[in-house]
Amino acid sequence: MDYLKTAGRIFDVQRYSIHDGPGIRTILFLKGCILRCRWCCNPESQEFAIQKMIVQGEEKIIGRDVTVEEMLQVVEKDRAYYYRSGGGMTLSGGECLCQPEFARDLLRGAKERGIHTAIESMAGMPWENIQMVLPYLDLYLMDIKHTNLEKHKAFTGRSNERMLENARKTALSGMTRLVIRVPVIPGFNDTVEEIQGIARFAATLPGVDKIHLLPYHRLGQDKYTGLGREYLLDGVLPPSAEHMETLKKAVHAVCGLDCQIGG
Amino acid sequence: MEKYNTSDIPKSSRIPRLVEHLYAEMPKIESARARLLTESYQQTEGEPIIQRRAKAFAHILHHLPIVIREEELIVGSSTLAPRSCQTFPEFSYQWLEDELDTVAGRSADPFFIKEETKEELRQIHQYWKGRTTSELATSYMAPEAIRGIEHNIFTPGNYFYNGVGHVTVKYWEVLNIGFEGIMAKAKAELAQCNVGDGDYARKSRFLEAVIISCQAAMDYAARYAELAQQMAEKCTDPDRKQELLAIADNCSRVPAKGAESFYQACQSFWFVQLLIQIESSGHSISPGRFDQYMYPYYKKDVEAGKITREAAQELMDCIWVKLNDLNKCRDAVSAEGFAGYSLFQNLIVGGQNKDGEDVTNDLSFMCIQASMHVNLPQPSLSIRVWNGSPHDLLIKAAELTRTGIGLPAYYNDEVIIPALMNRGLTLEDAREYNIIGCVEPQKAGKTEGWHDAAFFNMCRPLELVFSQGMDKGEMVGVPTKDISEMHSFEDFYDAYKQQMDYCISLMVNADNAIDVAHGERCPLPFLSSMIDDCIKKGKSTQEGGAVYNFTGPQGFGIANMADSLYAIRKLVFEEKQFTLGELKEALIWNYGKGLDQQSVQDLAQGILKEAENAGRQVDEKMTEAVVQSVLSMKLSKEKISRYEEIRNKILEVPKFGNDIPEVDYFARDVAYTYTRPIQQYSNPRGGSFHAGLYPVSANVPLGGQTGATPDGRYAHTPVADGVSPSAGKDVNGPTAAATSVSRLDHFIVSNGTLFNQKFHPSALSGREGLEKFVALIRTFFDQKGMHMQFNVVSRETLLDAQAHPENYKHLVVRVAGYSALFTTLSRSLQDDIIRRTEQGF
Repeated sequence: MDYLKTAGRIFDVQRYSIHDGPGIRTILFLKGCILRCRWCCNPESQEFAIQKMIVQGEEKIIGRDVTVEEMLQVVEKDRAYYYRSGGGMTLSGGECLCQPEFARDLLRGAKERGIHTAIESMAGMPWENIQMVLPYLDLYLMDIKHTNLEKHKAFTGRSNERMLENARKTALSGMTRLVIRVPVIPGFNDTVEEIQGIARFAATLPGVDKIHLLPYHRLGQDKYTGLGREYLLDGVLPPSAEHMETLKKAVHAVCGLDCQIGG
Repeated sequence: MEKYNTSDIPKSSRIPRLVEHLYAEMPKIESARARLLTESYQQTEGEPIIQRRAKAFAHILHHLPIVIREEELIVGSSTLAPRSCQTFPEFSYQWLEDELDTVAGRSADPFFIKEETKEELRQIHQYWKGRTTSELATSYMAPEAIRGIEHNIFTPGNYFYNGVGHVTVKYWEVLNIGFEGIMAKAKAELAQCNVGDGDYARKSRFLEAVIISCQAAMDYAARYAELAQQMAEKCTDPDRKQELLAIADNCSRVPAKGAESFYQACQSFWFVQLLIQIESSGHSISPGRFDQYMYPYYKKDVEAGKITREAAQELMDCIWVKLNDLNKCRDAVSAEGFAGYSLFQNLIVGGQNKDGEDVTNDLSFMCIQASMHVNLPQPSLSIRVWNGSPHDLLIKAAELTRTGIGLPAYYNDEVIIPALMNRGLTLEDAREYNIIGCVEPQKAGKTEGWHDAAFFNMCRPLELVFSQGMDKGEMVGVPTKDISEMHSFEDFYDAYKQQMDYCISLMVNADNAIDVAHGERCPLPFLSSMIDDCIKKGKSTQEGGAVYNFTGPQGFGIANMADSLYAIRKLVFEEKQFTLGELKEALIWNYGKGLDQQSVQDLAQGILKEAENAGRQVDEKMTEAVVQSVLSMKLSKEKISRYEEIRNKILEVPKFGNDIPEVDYFARDVAYTYTRPIQQYSNPRGGSFHAGLYPVSANVPLGGQTGATPDGRYAHTPVADGVSPSAGKDVNGPTAAATSVSRLDHFIVSNGTLFNQKFHPSALSGREGLEKFVALIRTFFDQKGMHMQFNVVSRETLLDAQAHPENYKHLVVRVAGYSALFTTLSRSLQDDIIRRTEQGF
C-alpha cells in the first residue's frame, strides 16, 4: 500500500461541489500549472511553490503538502452523498497532471474504494502523464480553449498542439469518458466561429458526446490583488445569458454533440 | 386513474388578481369579535364556562360582519378588510391596550387601527380585567417560575397571552358527515349519559356546548349562502352571477352536511379552517394531510368527468390565497419573534398511510403547484420523505424550493415515526403523522400537543453557572459551586446540568400553570368537537379530552452551548490556556469590547438589588450614582488585549457543524441536557412533556437578552438557529454541516428539530441541480436527520431588498421554520438571514 504514502501539494479542498462532474463531489485542487491563462480564477493555483496571499486583509498561506492517504480520508467523509447522487472525487488545479504520481495514486485510491473519479485538466502535459492516470479515471473533463495556436499562446502562454494531440489520443484510448469544456472568454474565444471551431474538433474525437460552455466570471479578480499581481482582464464583462444561448445554438449547428452551459 | 400526474398545470388568471387585492392595503385591527364576545359574556355570567364559550362563539358567528371578496370562489373571512385581524381579549388584552397607539408604526408586522376602534377596544377591555387566561395563569405560577420568565431564562409568551392553537382537527369527518353528523354524535353520547353519573354535570354541559357550537357553524355558513344569493341577484356579469350561485349552493349544503363534490369539500374545509381561528387566537391551525382527505372527492369528480385538473387546481389556489387572508396581531416583542405575519398553517403532502404504503397522489403535486402559483408564505407547505417516496415528488418539491419562496420544508418519516412511537403513539397513528406549525409532528384529530409551549434559552443556565445562580442581584438558578472550586470539566458540566434541570422545572411549572388556566377559562367546544375522544370523554381538549396529550417547549442555542462547553473543556481544563475566572471576566467585558447599554443596566440593577437585599434604601440618587460608577469602570489596555486573546483562542477551537465527529458527538451530549430532563415531566391534561429544538425566529430577539457566551459570541447578538450550526461557523459546506447536524439524537426530540440551509439559486439550476439537491436531502435523511429547509436567494438580492424594500414587497424567505415576507422582518432578523453562511460553490 505504498501508493497511499505518495505526497503532493494541494491548495484547497471543496466538498459539495456540484458543477464538476456527476453528482455531489469532493474536489481536490492540486497546486501548480504550466499555463498562465489570463482569465484564470484561481491564480494562486499556478505556482507550485507555497505562497502568501492577502485574503480579506489577512495573510493566508496558500498550499500544503499532503499524502494520498490523508486526502482519501477527506474524500471518504462524503461517501454517503456520493452514493445517493452518483458523485465522487474530482481532481482539479492548477493542472493536476503537473503532479502525475500524486494524481495517479489519488485516483487509484478512490477507485479501489469504489468512488467515482474525474479530473479537470487541459491535457497539455506530456502524454505519459495522462497515460499514467487513465487506468483509474472514469471521467476526463478536458479543457479545449482554442483551436488557433497563436491566439492560444497569446492568452495562455503556451501553444496548443500537444493538447489537441493528447485529446485525440485520450479519446482513442477508450479508457475514460471524455467531456470537452470550453471556458468562454470575451475577446479570446467568444465568437460563434471560434466556438464552432472547437465544437467541430471535439466532434471528431471518438466517444465524445458532450461539450460544456463555461461562461467567464470575475470571482477570482480579488485574488490577483491579494497576490500583488495585475488582473489583465480588468473591465471585461461576463458574457450575457443570451450570448451563451447563441453559442450553444452555434455548437448544435455544426455538430451532434450535446452542449450545456455551465458545468 | 393513474397513481399521480406530475405535469405542470397553468395558473388561472384569477389568482394574481386575488393576490393583488389581498395585498393592496396594510392589515387592520377590527373590533367586532371582541365586542360580540364581551356582549355574550355579560349575558352569561355565572353559567358553566364551557357553555359560556359556546354561547359566545354562537353570538359572534350570528353577528360578525361577513363579506364575499371580489372574484372569490371559496368564501369566508373573519374580517371585512383583507388580511386583517380580530382581537381576543379573553386571553389577554393589556399588551394591546398599551400598544394601541404604536401598533401601526412598529417595524415588525404593523397593523393599522382606527381611532374609534381604539376607543371601542379600550371600553371592552374594562370588562376583561381579572378575567383573562393570562391573569389566571400568573396566579397559578410559582414565584420562582415568574422570576425565571422575568430574567429571560425561558419565555412561555405564546400561550400565556394567546390561545393555544397548534392542532390539526378531523377535517375529513366534517367533509364526510358535516356538522350535522358531529352534532348527532354528541346527541347520541348525551342520550347515553345517565343523570346519576358522577361526570354527568360536566359531560352533559360539554356535549351541549358542542351542539351549540356546531349549530353556530352551520348558521354562519347559511349567512354566506344568503349573501351570495343576494349578490347573485344584483350581479350583472353573467359569469360572476353563476359563480355566486354556485357559492350560495355550496354554503347552503356545507359544512352542515357532507360534501358532494370536490368544490364543496374545498368550501367545507375552508369553513373549518376559518372558524377554528374565530373561536380562539391560537395560531398554527394546521391543515395537515390535505392531499389525503381531499383526494376521494377529487378522484370521484375527475372520474365522473365533473371537474378538470385545471379547475380543481384553481380551487386549491383559491384556498391557498385564503390562508393568507387570515391574520393575527401579536404584542411587539412576540411580533419580532414570529415576524412575517405568519400563522404557521402547516399543510403536508406525501408520506405513508397507516399500513405503511406510500400514498402520494395527484393532489400532492397540485399542492406544490398551488404554492408555485400563489407565491405566498401560507400555507407552510411540508413534504413527507421516506425511503419509498417517489422521486418525482421530491423533484417537484425541489422545483418549488428553487423559486426562492422558502418552501417546502422536508421531513423524514424514518425518524419521525419511531420518535412518535417512543412517545406512545400506535404504529398506525405514527405513520399518519403530520406537522403542526413550524416543525412539530403529531397525529391529526387525536392530539392536543401544546407544541411551541415555550422558548427555553440554553445559554442562560450557563451564565448562571458563572454567577452561582444569581442574575441581576437575584437568585434565579441554584447555588452551584463557585467556579474557583471547579477542578475538572466534569465539575463545570455538572453545574451546568444542575442549572438546566432547575430552570427546566421552572419552565414546566409555568407551562402547567398556563395549561390549567386555559382549561378553566377558555375551553374550546367547537375545536373539541373535531378531536378524538372529546365527545366520548365529555371533555374539551383543554381539559384532557384528546387521545394524545403533550407539552412541547423548545430549546434553542444548542450550537452555542456545544461550542462553549467544548471550548471550556479544551482551553480551560485540558490546555489550561486561561482560567474560568479569567473567562468570566472576559464574558462580562464582552471580550474586551466593553459594556453595552444593556450590560450597564444589568450590572447596575444587580448592584442595586444587592444593596436592597442588604437593607439599604434604594432611591433615584443612588440609582444614578451606581449607573455612573458602572459607566466609569474602564478596562486597561492589557485587559482588553487579554480578553481579545481569549476570544481568538476560542475561535480557533473546532466548532459544531464541520463534520468533526468528536465535536458533533459532544454536541449530541449537550443537547441531552435539555431533551432528557424534559421528558420526565407530566402536564395537567394527563400527558407528558417532550422537547423540541427550534427557535422559530426567537434566536434573534432572545439572543439580544443573552450576554457573551464562551463560544466567542458577543453579548446581545443572535444565538444559533435551531439545530443549525452557529451562523458563519460551518465552513466546510452543506454536506459537512448536514452530517454534523445528523449526529444529534433527533429521535428523542419528538417535538421537532429545525435545520436551516441557505443556497444560492445556481445550486439548483437545471434538472441536474435538482437531482443533486434531492440527493443532499436524501443523504441527510439516510443519516437520520429529521427536518431540513432552505433559503434559496442570493446575498446580493437580500442586501438590495434591505436597501430598497419597496421593490421587494413579495420577497419570501424561509425564516426558521416558516416563510415570511423579507421586507416585513425587523432589521436585525434581516441581517441574521444575510449573515448565514453562503454554502457551496
